[in-house]
This record gives sequence, structure tokens and C-alpha cells, in this order.
Amino acid sequence: MSDILEKISLAIQEGEEDEVLEHVDEALGEGISAQKILDEGLLHGMGIVGERFTSGDAFVPEVMSAADALNGATAVLKEKFIEEGVTSTGKAVIATVNGDLHDIGKNLVKLMLEANGFEVFDLGTDVKQESIVQAAKDNNADIIALSALLTTTMAEMGNVVKAIEEAGIRDQVKILIGGSPITQGFADEIGADGTASNAAAAADLAKQLI
Amino acid sequence: MGKISYTKTAYDNLDDFVYAHAVHPVTLKNGISIGGGTMYPEVNFTLPTMLVNEGTFPEVINIYKEIATGISERANILQVPGFVAEIELLPQTTFVPKWGIEIAKVVNDIIKENEAKTGTKGAVRQTPVDIREGRELEHMWHGKHWDSVLETFEGSAKAGTELLAIESIGGKYVHDEGLMYADIEKVIFSYATLGCPDMERLWTEIVRIADENDVVAAGDTACGFANTSMVLADGKMIPEVFAAIDRVCSAVRTLVAVQVGAKGPDKDCGYEGVYLKAITGTPISMEGRIAAVAHLSHVGNVAISLADLWSNESIQHIKLLAAYSEVCSFEQLAYDCRLMNEGTKRGKDTALLLRDLNADTDSPINATAYILRPDIVLEISKELVKVEDNYFKRTKAAAMLAADALRKGYDAGRLALSDKEVKQLDKIRKTIDSITEDEQEFVKNGIAKTKALRPEVYDLA
Repeated sequence: MSDILEKISLAIQEGEEDEVLEHVDEALGEGISAQKILDEGLLHGMGIVGERFTSGDAFVPEVMSAADALNGATAVLKEKFIEEGVTSTGKAVIATVNGDLHDIGKNLVKLMLEANGFEVFDLGTDVKQESIVQAAKDNNADIIALSALLTTTMAEMGNVVKAIEEAGIRDQVKILIGGSPITQGFADEIGADGTASNAAAAADLAKQLI
Repeated sequence: MGKISYTKTAYDNLDDFVYAHAVHPVTLKNGISIGGGTMYPEVNFTLPTMLVNEGTFPEVINIYKEIATGISERANILQVPGFVAEIELLPQTTFVPKWGIEIAKVVNDIIKENEAKTGTKGAVRQTPVDIREGRELEHMWHGKHWDSVLETFEGSAKAGTELLAIESIGGKYVHDEGLMYADIEKVIFSYATLGCPDMERLWTEIVRIADENDVVAAGDTACGFANTSMVLADGKMIPEVFAAIDRVCSAVRTLVAVQVGAKGPDKDCGYEGVYLKAITGTPISMEGRIAAVAHLSHVGNVAISLADLWSNESIQHIKLLAAYSEVCSFEQLAYDCRLMNEGTKRGKDTALLLRDLNADTDSPINATAYILRPDIVLEISKELVKVEDNYFKRTKAAAMLAADALRKGYDAGRLALSDKEVKQLDKIRKTIDSITEDEQEFVKNGIAKTKALRPEVYDLA
């Protein structure tokens, strides 16, 4: 890895957005492609942060700062990505289902998806099934991630799966579900593609599925 | 009534600060005296996996009837001295107040019929969901969300529920943002600038409704705040010292309910209730080891040290070998209460021994458990009430006092913390020191730095 890409990776690991942007600018000046900056600098650093988080050596705030720095850099590189035809790991629509107002779990999954290079469209909490379907269609989503914390709202996930089927996009998306009361058995029962026990595992599963 | 300003704690002597005894007990119409020397079980429950809508509502009502009947029968068999059943409504049953009110009525009627028939005293705590969130929210203090919450309280009080409570959420989204970055300044902003003023508005209304209907405005909880923090810390996602400091900060917000007229018992999941008890002398409900059915925690024993009601947090209604889950959970609570009440009966020394055994088993190994120790609670509370009664100044002071208590405990070998946690503690302490003393500047910075805030819904625009 070149010095400058290593510097980008380190600045990401430290969550220093200004430094990341400075080094990205420098790398572009050296003629390094946006794809290489993304893969060997930004996502390399993010991968290390993700590993540290999974092994218990880092807390969420460190991942947040790194993700913010990553998002800042990808915003700057957007035009270059288009020119070079660089694409994200995948596109994910995420929401807490209708009737449920909890969002911390959803936010953590969103964070880990972003940290793994996904472009994430966050619809918020208490989201109706038609809005989820529409967002998936509008954004050509690869993943639909649904969250519920209540025993009385997890059943709504089954309705969302049905709505996705009825909209004719079931074979274009993978559906992940999560939340305290969710089990693999429930995921199987409603026809979702999987569930995971924590946010990092959810992002890994999303990568495996697409 | 005006706002009460607490400038000294309700307890001088640590030996008077004990479970089942509050300086200002709450006596219910049937004679149950919460904080009057007996610890009572407070059982909580929720529906099994099902949708709640017009079509399923008759089934919902049948399940609540089954729950209330099961608990009443078990209370008779176990000869409990009394009990409280808490209904934590679901969002759907607060968005449609008549549903929440009907649930309150059926549960209360069954418990009261049982009381009339058998003499087993029971009472209902009704806890509507604070639904003031989402894109459709017009304003925190008016509009359909506000109206639905108050309508649910009013109807429930008229339906006979004697205790009114809520897990209010003013400032929660800003607090969530603070948690994701372990940003103590933002957490203080969420409590002092948003949460406390919201509590003043909301609890003034709840107290009015309670007074007009001859029921009790009980209390609030930092469930959406410091509990989120604690659960994240238990999952190693944020530092445990951050969660512990957050807990003490949250006490300033929860206290506002009592400052504007609430009487207690404070709500079970408000672990900061111990600070409320120390400062105001109102009784509190706490949850600990029996709440393992709802969530992991490191405070299962210490939580009972100062409890006046002893709760299980929540359990979904499912059939177990012995009975339905909430009935089993209730039985466990009843046995804990029996033990603690026997301690009281045997005299102060035994009660204090029980209090301290429960505190000492948890507090050396977890930061939140440490700041829930009766001695630490009283020590911090005594310092906190010396600070001018201003939300910003007290919340900032709470953070500072908690951080210093944790450091002192660690240095004295009374609290074990990893090197990573100690580093975070020092970092948080430095951040607290760097927060401006100028409240106007603090608020201005807070509004500018916070993505999740809609200032207009708090009249801050």
C-alpha cells in the first residue's frame, strides 16, 4: 500500500475527517484512482475499525467517527466515482416497521452497513409497508432491513414481506429482520432471508446474501 | 402548585435510607402504603406475538383479562400483603386512547373484584406510551400526539387506575445522538435543555389529571435515555462508565415530575429513582434480578437495596409449565418481597444487612451498580442539592459528581474497571470540565451541533 493510502486508512481508523479529506485530496493529486482510494484507503481503514469493534476493542462512538469520516470522503469523491463507474457494496433500505417507535438497533445496523460500503436509505421508525416497498423500488435496493422491538409489531414484518412479494420485487431483494424478540425460526416463518444477533453480524450477513 | 426546589436531601443518615421505607409513603385507597415499611411486588406484562388492530382487539382484551385473573389468583394463593399490576400500554393502544382505557378498565375491574371477594389488595399503574415522536409530530405540547397521551391518562384515571406513570421522551432523539458518539455534552443538553422543560409541561398536566380524579401522579423514568445507555454498555457498545454517568445525569430530569407535584412510586425501570428517593423522600419501584426476563443487567441485586415496590420490568404472555409467564414472574417477585419484609420485621440491623448484601454483590464489578449503592447515592445527592436549582447547572454537576465518584471508587479498589474504561472515564471528565458555564452559549452550541433536533417542536426555533 502506498504511503498516502496508508495515511487515509489510519485517519479513518482515528475518525479524523479533516485529515482524511486532506489525504484524499493529496492522493487524487498523485493520480491515484477513486476506486483505489476507496478500496485500499477508506474501506481498508473502515475494515480495521469494524474488526476492532467486533472483537470488543472499540466502542460504537469510534465506529461512528470513522463512518462519518468515510461518508465525508465519499461525498467528496462522488463525481470521481461516477466518472470511473465505481459502485457501492450494495444498496440497502432500512426501517423500523409500522407501529414501532424504537430506532437504536436500526441505527446500529445502518452504521455497520455503511461501514461495510453499503449505500443506506434510512426511512426512520413507524414506517408503513407501502413506503418500504416504494423506497426499495425507487433506489433499486439489494437489501431491505427491518427492525422491531415489540412482540406486537414483529408480526408486521410478515406483512412487509407479503407486500414485497405482491409488488413483484421479491426476487430482486434480500430481506433481513432484527430486534430483541426476533428468532431465526420467525424469520423462516415469515419468509425473510435471515436475521443476526448483532449489528456487525447483520452487515456480514448482508454482504453474504448479495 | 409551584415547582418545589430541593436544597437538601430527605435523608441525613445512611442507616435510614433503606428499602420499603420512604420519608413520604404513598397510601392507596385500599390501605396499601408504598414506602410505609412493606415491600410489595409490582408485576408487569405484555402481549404475545400478535398484531393489535380493530380486528384483534377483542382477543387483546381477553388476554389482559386472563393476565389479571391469573395474577389475582396467584396473589391469593401466596397471601401477598398487596400488589401493583402495571399496564405498560403499547403504541397502538395509546394512539387510540379508547383502547388503552378499555384495557385499564378490564384489568382494574378484575383486580378490584378479587380484592372485594378475597381481601387481597391490588392496584393498577397505567403507563401510556409517550407517542410524541415521528415525522407527524406537530409539537411536543400540543397537537394530536399530546392530546392522545393526556386523553389516555384522563380516561384511565376515570376507569379506576390509581397510579399514573409514563416513560416520557422529551429530548430522547438528541440523547440517542449523544450516545452514538459517547458525547456527554450532548447528553447534558438533551436532559437540561429539552428533557427537563418537557417534564415540567407534561407532569404539570399529569398531576392536574390525577388531582381532578383523586388518583396518584406516580413518576417517570429515564427508560429511553439512561436505560438505552445501560443496555448499550452491557453489550460493550459504549463505555460502562458513560452509562453510569448518564444515569446520574438522568436523575435531574426524572426529579422534575416530583418537583411539579408527582408523589411516587417512581417507575420501575428508572434506576435513577434511588436519587429521587434520596432527594425527595418519595417511594420508588425498582427492577433487578426478576427483570432478567426482559433484559440483561449488572444491577440485579443492588436494585432491591432501596426499592419500595419490586418489579419484573415486563414479560410477554406465554404459557410455561407452571402457569402463564407473568404469573410465574409475579411469584418470583412475591418471594423476594417476603424475604426483604422478613428482614424489616427482624429489625433495622437485619434490614441494613440485607440492603448491603444486595448492594455489595453487584457494585464492585460494574460502574452503574456502583453509582446505585445507597452510600454513593446519598453522597452524590447531598452534593447535587447544594448546586443552584437550574437544570443545566444541576445536570452538569451530576455528570461531574458521578465521574468523580467512579474515579474515587476505582482508586480505592472498590470498583473494578478495565484500562479501556479508565481511559474513557478520564476523557469524559475532561469533556465535562470543558463545557461552558454560560447556559446561553451552551444552548446555542447544542442547537447548532445537534442533527436530530427539531427546535420548533420545543419552542426553541
